[in-house]
Amino acid sequence: MDPEQLIACPACDVLHRDQEVAKHTVARCARCGTVLAAPKSGAMTRIAMLSLTALILLAAAAGFPFLELQAQGLSHRASVLDAVLAFSRGPMAPLSLATGLLIVLLPAARYGALVYTLAPMALGWHPAPHAAAVYRWAERLKPWAMAEIFIIGVAVALVKVSGLARVGLGPAFWAFAALLVVTILTDSSICRLTVWKTLKTRRGS
Amino acid sequence: MENPEDPPRFLTAAEAGLTGCRTCGAVNPGGAQTCYSCRSALTPPSAYSLQRVWAWLAAGLIAYVPANIYPMLRTTTFGRASENTLVGGIAELFSHGSYGVAFIVFFASIVIPVAKFLAIGYLAVSVRRPATLGSHDRLVLYEVVEFIGRWSMIDVFVVAILTALVQLDFAAAVTPGIAAVSFALSVAFTMLAAQSFDPRLIWNAEKREYE
Ligand SMILES: [Zn+2]
Ligand SMILES: [Zn+2]
Repeated sequence: MDPEQLIACPACDVLHRDQEVAKHTVARCARCGTVLAAPKSGAMTRIAMLSLTALILLAAAAGFPFLELQAQGLSHRASVLDAVLAFSRGPMAPLSLATGLLIVLLPAARYGALVYTLAPMALGWHPAPHAAAVYRWAERLKPWAMAEIFIIGVAVALVKVSGLARVGLGPAFWAFAALLVVTILTDSSICRLTVWKTLKTRRGS
Repeated sequence: MENPEDPPRFLTAAEAGLTGCRTCGAVNPGGAQTCYSCRSALTPPSAYSLQRVWAWLAAGLIAYVPANIYPMLRTTTFGRASENTLVGGIAELFSHGSYGVAFIVFFASIVIPVAKFLAIGYLAVSVRRPATLGSHDRLVLYEVVEFIGRWSMIDVFVVAILTALVQLDFAAAVTPGIAAVSFALSVAFTMLAAQSFDPRLIWNAEKREYE
C-alpha cells in the first residue's frame, strides 16, 4: 500500500487508512483514541479571525496598565512592559527577558504565525510561502505562549498587595481576561492533523 | 479511518518498516530523516530518547532545590526589609485569610511541580519494565502532565508583577529574589522533559509484555 494513503497516530504510531472524513465528525485512533481528523466547516476562518483578535488584544494588554496602586498619597500603575523591565536592573535581567518572551513575544509570534498560515486557507488560496515551516513553529510555540497564565498571576498579585495599598484594575486586565477566552476558543478549534492535511492538499492543487 | 489489520492486532508504522511523523501524522519511508509532508525532523520511537527526558528532569529537580531555599521576594516597607520564600509566601497568604489564593499558589508551585517530577519519572521507568498502570492510563497521565505543567509559571509572574507595581519610593518596594530565577528554570526544564518524552514508547512496552 502507498504510504501516502496511510496516517500514523502521533501518540501511538498505529497505521490507519487516510480516508475522507465527513464534516463535523471526529476520527479517532482505533487503539489510543487520539483525534486524527476533525474537519469543521469554516474552522480555518474561525481560527484566523480568533488569532487576529488575539493579536489586537495582546497589543492592548502589553501597552496599557493592568493594575494601579495607591498608598500614602503615592500612586503607581504598572503595564506588562513595566513588569518586563522590572527585572532589567542587575542580576535578574534573564528573568526580565523570560517574562517578556512568555507573555508578549511568543504569544504574538504564535498568533502571527497562525494568521499567516491559516488566513490563505480560509480564503481558499494557495498556502503562503514557507507555510509548513511557519505552522510547525506555531505548534512548537504553543506551550511557551503563556499570556493566559499571566492573568492568574495578576489576580494573585492583586490579593497579595491589597493589604498594603488600594489597588484598582487597569484596562489591560480586561484585555488579558478577553485573551484568556480567545486562547481557549482558538485551542479548542485547532485540529493539528486536519490543518496539516489541508496544507498538503492545497499545496498539491 | 480504519486499521488495515484486523483489531485487536494493531500494526504500527515502526513495525511496518516505516516512520510515522509525530507532527503531522504522515507516513515516511523507513530511513527518512525529514517528513515529506511537513519537513519536521523524524525520530523513530526509540528508548534512546529517554536519555533526554532524564537529563531535563534532573536539571528541573536540581533547579527546584534553590527555588525552595532562597527568597522569592524581598519587600521593603518604610526601610524595613523582609524576605519571603516560596512556602513563606503561601503561609502568609493563608494567615491573611486568603485561602483560595493560597491554595492556587500552593497547587501551582508545590503540587504541580512535585507531581510532575514523579509522573515523568514514572512514565520513563514504565517504558522499560512492566507497568502497573495500563497504556491508556499512562497516555492520559502524559497528556495531563503536558497540559498542566506550564501553569506552574504563575508564581514567577506574580513576582514580576509585584516588582513592577510596588515601587512607592520609601513607603514600599519589592525586589525579586534568586529563587524566582531558579523556579522559572525548573518549570522550563520539566516542560522540556515532558516534551522530550515520546508517548509512542508507552505502547512498545505493552507489545513486549505479550511476547
Ligand atoms: Zn493512537
Ligand atoms: Zn510530518
